[in-house]
Amino acid sequence: MTQTPKVSLRGLYKIFGSDDKAVLQHAKAGMSKENLLVSHQHVLGLKDINVEMQAGEITVVMGLSGSGKSTLIRHLNRLIEPTDGEILVDGVDIMKLSTLDLRHMRQNKMSMVFQKFALLPHRTVLQNAAMALNIQGAATEDQEGEAKKWLDRVGLGGFENHYPSQLSGGMQQRVGIARALTSNSDIMLMDEAFSALDPLIRTDMQDLLLELQVELKKTIVFITHDLDEALKLADHLVILKDGAVIQQGEPQSILMAPSDPYIEDFVSDINRARVLRIRSVMQELTEGKFAGDVDANDNLESLIATSGGDTSLRYRVVENGKPVGELDMRELVKALVPRISSSETGTRYH
Amino acid sequence: MATYDWLFNMVGLRAWCDTDASTGPMSMAQLLAKTGNSAPEPSYTFAFPSLDELNKACGQIAQTRDVIKGLEDGFLAIRPALRTVLDPITQPLSWMLDGTLYLFTTAPWFLIMAVMLIAVWYATYSLSVVIFNAFCLSFFAFVDHFEPAMQTFAVILVCTIISALLGVPIGIAMSKYNRLQRAIIPVLDLLQTLPTFVYLIPLIFLFPIGESRLYGIAIVLYAIVPVIRLTDLGVRLVDKDVVEAGNAFGMSPAQKLGKVELPLALPNIMAGLNQTIMMSLAMVVIASMVTAPGLGVLVLRGIRNLELGVGLMAGVCIVLLAVMLDRTSKAALSRIDRTKTEM
Repeated sequence: MTQTPKVSLRGLYKIFGSDDKAVLQHAKAGMSKENLLVSHQHVLGLKDINVEMQAGEITVVMGLSGSGKSTLIRHLNRLIEPTDGEILVDGVDIMKLSTLDLRHMRQNKMSMVFQKFALLPHRTVLQNAAMALNIQGAATEDQEGEAKKWLDRVGLGGFENHYPSQLSGGMQQRVGIARALTSNSDIMLMDEAFSALDPLIRTDMQDLLLELQVELKKTIVFITHDLDEALKLADHLVILKDGAVIQQGEPQSILMAPSDPYIEDFVSDINRARVLRIRSVMQELTEGKFAGDVDANDNLESLIATSGGDTSLRYRVVENGKPVGELDMRELVKALVPRISSSETGTRYH
Repeated sequence: MATYDWLFNMVGLRAWCDTDASTGPMSMAQLLAKTGNSAPEPSYTFAFPSLDELNKACGQIAQTRDVIKGLEDGFLAIRPALRTVLDPITQPLSWMLDGTLYLFTTAPWFLIMAVMLIAVWYATYSLSVVIFNAFCLSFFAFVDHFEPAMQTFAVILVCTIISALLGVPIGIAMSKYNRLQRAIIPVLDLLQTLPTFVYLIPLIFLFPIGESRLYGIAIVLYAIVPVIRLTDLGVRLVDKDVVEAGNAFGMSPAQKLGKVELPLALPNIMAGLNQTIMMSLAMVVIASMVTAPGLGVLVLRGIRNLELGVGLMAGVCIVLLAVMLDRTSKAALSRIDRTKTEM
């Protein structure tokens, strides 16, 4: 890849315990999490993480609880110090920053959205949204102007003088997002930002994030345990298990070719028609008669709706006005069935 | 013949014991024995080997009264050194107490009442609390106890402010450093369990009677404990997620303290201050024995001269003052809570 990544993690290890440096060699030699705990009383948090996050993309880190995803995101701004490895942001190794430089980096380059919102309860919505600028010591008018702008943008115009506890969870998280946006940083870290919200609100917030992203092109690192959410948001998907990356790449390709039974199990439970895109299942273009043109980036669900459920049809797939392939409805139906069905795998991990 | 002669004979110290045997002042019992009309000593005793008892057997062993004398001499010996250190440090306390007392006893009653009620209104925004305060103040004035009540209040005011100024920073430091917390907690326990009279004894020797810092120090030492404890607790209980958010947005330690930790710990700190106020009131009454002015003096007079009525009336006033201070500080606390949680 020619483009330099915005954030890259190289050989990152995190071991929790009093003597982590000494235990590191065992972890590097490949000792498992269980053995490390039993024989050295240290917990392996992260194991040889190598991830590159491109500017302007949403990188989603997904894993079940205990897989180390929250630990991982806290390494990016050094809320947690790694045991070993490099963390490069814009090519600078942030492990080498002084306390003051680190503080500046947190103020200017990275903002964070939290699962439990973590708003200041004694400050108004406006003051909360302006927190980043307040920390930087900006003039009050600038703080308020900027905070108001982003509050309007996330749909909270008119709530400036309320206190966080007066708002619903979804609205509080909108304040959290406005706070992160007000800091005007390139990188946004979102730690299970929508996990505490109920499903309908969560969908709203995902749409809001995607809508903002089209315009702002931030580098977003999003942590979640929900595969549907991960597939909806991700440009680049990283799947963690027991502190190690087991597969990463473009979400569609992970979906079509899961590399591990753990991922297959995840993948088997989702609504494939909604998640899979036509470009992932189309075949090479041949001559013949087509029932119509469809966009390569539409999902299968919309095509099923268009076809009215008729499996005898064949569509031409176009992208940016150019034909790129074709799709037989019968192939589409096949793609809806995962390689291993959920009933077979169901007992393995639940 | 004393009970423990055998002990010294056995270890061969008899000679050492008898060299210049005690010719010093004898005990009362010995003096009585000399006059010849004391009860005859029992032929066999089994007394605990106390200092006095051992002294009977061996003149070289010090008597308990010598040890007490030694304690006193020791304290008096270090007194000049202690005074050179403590005098300048505590002098401002005297000035503050004297100044505030002067203010509260010379200002006209209507001015004091007006200022206090306005202050209460801004602290609580509660009309009922203001009315209750007005009632109490009027009652003090009505039964001609306004001046002693205001003296007591002035002392409490100064001591509470001093306790807060010292206690809050100490509490914050304790919350940040676990070692400091482990070192200070036994001191706080000591201050809380030590009988209040015991504070007064060394203070009387350290500072001239009549200087107001004498009782000021006693009150502050007694009343500072809860504000330290609850500040420590409050800062430790601050929501870790919010502190983490502060870190993630690049707050400096000072910003974290000022913008996150202290505001979120404020309800606990205020609860500590409420306790401090109540303990100051308790102590200011006892400290009237070492010249603290106010209602305590009247209570003391009631006890000393068996003037039942004087003591009872002062007691009623103290109760009213206590309820007044408690209600007001709790109302101020709940106002702070309200702006944070609901509305």
